[in-house]
Amino acid sequence: MTLTKADLVQQVYKNHETLTKAQATESVEAFLRISKNSLIDGSDLLLSGFGKFNVKDKNARRGRNPQTGAELTLDARRVVTFKPSGILREKINGA
Amino acid sequence: MNKSELIEALAQDIGIPHREAAAITNTIIDTMIESLSRGESIEIRGFGSFVIKQYESYEGRNPKTGKKIKVKPKKLPFFKVGKDLREQVNVSG
Repeated sequence: MTLTKADLVQQVYKNHETLTKAQATESVEAFLRISKNSLIDGSDLLLSGFGKFNVKDKNARRGRNPQTGAELTLDARRVVTFKPSGILREKINGA
Repeated sequence: MNKSELIEALAQDIGIPHREAAAITNTIIDTMIESLSRGESIEIRGFGSFVIKQYESYEGRNPKTGKKIKVKPKKLPFFKVGKDLREQVNVSG
């Protein structure tokens, strides 16, 4: 089983009796939008108890096409990384 | 941005009391933690996915002392950023 956005909406709807289904959907959408915008703006996102999303700048580097061996230049880019919190790691390992 | 800033932004964004935004945020995060704890993956389109990787026991070294140690089997969550977010993060630089 894979958890999807629909499952998150369902859980929020179930746990928060004051919300309509539409409001539950809106709240999950807003949660994700705010999280994404923080990363798009280049600022890290720290969710205590879960983990930290970092925005990292990678320098341009020379690489190779692994299929042809041809040299090419990989442009500088910005990537998102995730580091799980200690609490999450413990829970995953059944501690 | 940390969790309390996210909660504040959520409350403002959809016009709900702060305490309700906090409860919703906790529900979302707890649901994701429970899913990963059961070994299940998460897939949020446009944001990214999480999968659990299982590592067997191996012989490692204490990087400080160089002493050999046995590393126990463990599971770790891995995040793969979604295409949408990856592209948007990259153009903003």
